[in-house]
Amino acid sequence: MLRYALKRLGLGIIIVSVAMVMLFAMIYVIPGDPASVALGPRATPEMIQALRSRMGLDQPIWIQFFRFYFSALRGDLGTEVLSGRPVLDVVFEQLPYTLALIAGAISWSVLLGIPLGCIAAVRRGGFVDRVIGILSVAVIAVPSFVIAIYSLLIFAVALQWLPAIGAGEPGNLASQLKHLALPSLAIGVGWVGYIARMVRASMLETLEASHIRTARAFGLTDRRITYSYALRIAILPTVTLLGVGIGNMVSSAVFAEIVFARPGIGKLVYEAISVRNYPVVTGAVLVTTVFFVVVNALADILIGALDPRVRTSLN
Amino acid sequence: MSEQVLIDRPSRQRVAKIGRVLRRILREPLGAFGLTLVVIVVLSAVFADVLTSYSPTKLAPAERFAPASLQHLLGTDHLGRDLFSRVLHGGRIALAIALGATGLSLIGGIVLGLIAGYGPRWLDNLMLLLFDAIKSFPTVMLALTLVTLTGPSLLAVLIVVVLVNVPGYARIIRTQTLVLKSAEHVMAARSMGASTARILTIHILPNVIGPILILASMDIPVVVAIEAGLSFLGLGVRPPLPSWGAILNDGFVNIRDSYWIVVAGGLPIILTTLGFTFLGETLRDVFDPRLKRRE
Amino acid sequence: MTVLDVKDLSVDFATEAGTLQALRKVSLKVPANRIVGVVGESGCGKSTLINAVLGLLADNGRVTAGQILFEGKSDLVHLDGTGMRALRGQRIATVFQDPMGALNPVLSVGKQMRDIQYRSGRSRKEKDALSVEMLRKVRIPDPEHRLAQFPHEFSGGMKQRIAIAMALLMRPSLLIADEPTTALDATLEVAIIELLKDLQKQIGCSVLFISHHLGVIAELCDEMIVMYAGEVVERGSTRDIFHNPRHPYTKKLLACDPARLARREPRLPTIPGTLPDLRNRPKGCVFQSRCELADDVCSTMPPDTALSTSHVARCWHTDETAGAAA
Repeated sequence: MLRYALKRLGLGIIIVSVAMVMLFAMIYVIPGDPASVALGPRATPEMIQALRSRMGLDQPIWIQFFRFYFSALRGDLGTEVLSGRPVLDVVFEQLPYTLALIAGAISWSVLLGIPLGCIAAVRRGGFVDRVIGILSVAVIAVPSFVIAIYSLLIFAVALQWLPAIGAGEPGNLASQLKHLALPSLAIGVGWVGYIARMVRASMLETLEASHIRTARAFGLTDRRITYSYALRIAILPTVTLLGVGIGNMVSSAVFAEIVFARPGIGKLVYEAISVRNYPVVTGAVLVTTVFFVVVNALADILIGALDPRVRTSLN
Repeated sequence: MSEQVLIDRPSRQRVAKIGRVLRRILREPLGAFGLTLVVIVVLSAVFADVLTSYSPTKLAPAERFAPASLQHLLGTDHLGRDLFSRVLHGGRIALAIALGATGLSLIGGIVLGLIAGYGPRWLDNLMLLLFDAIKSFPTVMLALTLVTLTGPSLLAVLIVVVLVNVPGYARIIRTQTLVLKSAEHVMAARSMGASTARILTIHILPNVIGPILILASMDIPVVVAIEAGLSFLGLGVRPPLPSWGAILNDGFVNIRDSYWIVVAGGLPIILTTLGFTFLGETLRDVFDPRLKRRE
Repeated sequence: MTVLDVKDLSVDFATEAGTLQALRKVSLKVPANRIVGVVGESGCGKSTLINAVLGLLADNGRVTAGQILFEGKSDLVHLDGTGMRALRGQRIATVFQDPMGALNPVLSVGKQMRDIQYRSGRSRKEKDALSVEMLRKVRIPDPEHRLAQFPHEFSGGMKQRIAIAMALLMRPSLLIADEPTTALDATLEVAIIELLKDLQKQIGCSVLFISHHLGVIAELCDEMIVMYAGEVVERGSTRDIFHNPRHPYTKKLLACDPARLARREPRLPTIPGTLPDLRNRPKGCVFQSRCELADDVCSTMPPDTALSTSHVARCWHTDETAGAAA
């Protein structure tokens, strides 16, 4: 198990490294000089030259890359152009808000998606199954930012059930949860559809298995067979699905943070763009990429922990 | 003469096949609904100039923030522009980008997938690693980084979509190519000295292209969503060009007083994504039920 | 006393190609404390018979006629879901063919054994103690420790022992064993057969043992039932049937058993012809198309001819089949 976990993390590090090369290459290849972008159109050539050498942009490309790579490994993502604060501090300040948002979205999607998928599987072919099926496709299809804006319009502006702006008072959990409800639902609702569909499919597959027949032959109740014996197996792929979907959720989080004016990485990057605060952008992108890769690795490891079959085959 | 027959038969069969597929789509309620939505969206984009006499970009300060009425079916925005007209013309841009970007991604995915699948092992591994790395950037983060450097433009949207879609397509093409590489008819062609280019285009490509086309058609709503999303953030289509995302942004700023702008921007996005998705789902079930397993 | 008494049971399945009669007028008795074998080719209706007894017929299956009397009183055909569940696993237990897939892969063996005892009202500790005792009976070494393990951590033979332990946990009066040794290799098969024989004596239950392996049936069973195309063509004591088979199908089946061949044949004998189409059963005897004795009378339904108090064959020509064993 441990060896597997280490191997999986090793693969993650390689992927992050390649992603960093690509990020760097993108910045380098794309026309537009980070220094002049940062300083804006009114900068004099001297100012640009000074910033270029401060940012190390006058060095040969491979030196630039290794400087970028190894300082990133040490946790040094550069400093904010204007305030001079370390980028990593700025990013980490915002990270918890985004993490809370994503955790909320996962909660919604799991709490609604698993029961819906289960009901659809049990009522296979019936009216309820068809309705759940169509709704699942629909919520997957509609982009999350449209859902975010419409839910803002309906629940916050028109009905005024929930607050529209911000992340809630610091230290006040109830207020924070209230502020979390709408944006996390907007992100999570599409995943309700994904999870419901997947749980339905794997549930139907599991119910055909011969150990389910055994359980029936031992007189266990249908309820226990469905919700304990079959569901335990049918929900396992959810972990993988969510692991892969985490990147998608980060994307949705950017929109949700902007629409609901919540602090967070997405809002940070968006605002950094409008003031051309370019190190913040690359820093935040790098952090989210690492986050994505780590979560993916964790999902694989978690599957190992949840599924005894995988667990043993790894030992 | 014989050539005539050879060409004629398959094409007649093809027409018959399209008819069959169409009938099967229409038999499914969801497929019929999806097809109807798609037809409406496409026709209203194509005939935008016929359907409305208002210009999508002309400012009319006197008519700012007019709610929906008979004159302005969806109302007007903060600059007095007719929203119905903007929605129809925005459809042109959305569909053009969706088709263009999907086409480009397909070409890219097919070429890279064939190379990875047919080329040497090390190249295959390297490309897989690159695909994984690209996938590890959240789409919007990738877009934000790109746009920081290039500035907002249609081109930036196009690049983002292609970057996001190519790895997925290439992976599928690669897997299929790997399987076909050792298939009998390919081995036979190879042993008879067929060139690599010939093997790829004659023997492999026709066999891998079917599933990927269906998948690509299912990605069209995703591309529509990316364009609208980036335009909403002000990173895509530049004003004053009409875009559904841009309308949403105009409406979002004024959401408390003029709700209809947001409604006008969101509805076409919802109808388009739903239509294409329902149609795509039905198409997939009709053409290739095996693909369903991939979820 | 008779534990299981099936009378004239018929089962139909609705399929796209029409109604398929999977069982026709099947009668059999399982007396208390006896092991009764059921033998027949695949597709002869053995599994349908078990599922009908357990009340686990697929949704398109239906009992059209007959009774299944259990312990002399309840007719299982008319028992509702709750009543049936109260019997399954408690009074009627089953061991299935595939030991690899028969246990839930994500629940520990101990948890699955506790769940079977959910009606017992025992405490968790008592349940585990009983499970351990039962695992020891089926000769699983170190049972206390292995209770926490998952099915895939056991070998195929061990899994089948665990399945047997689970089946006998509630001391049922009837154990149905559906080809429990088919998926195992020969040495394991012998061990499982010995174990079943032992436990049956200890616990004092009856066993309905399904197999297509004649040698196993001869070794283990007191009585046996021969099935062909959804009908019981012959039943009687194992001795009667092996030494004095009276149905032409039974004769041919015994003649084809490689273990009983007098000398090494270059090619194994087979019964010529194929199973009849169950959607479109022949009028009269099911075996007529493959039978050398078939004549006009065979196109009417043959009677269950009693040859002795326990020996019955469904054939018109039992007089001609007497004597000369195959």
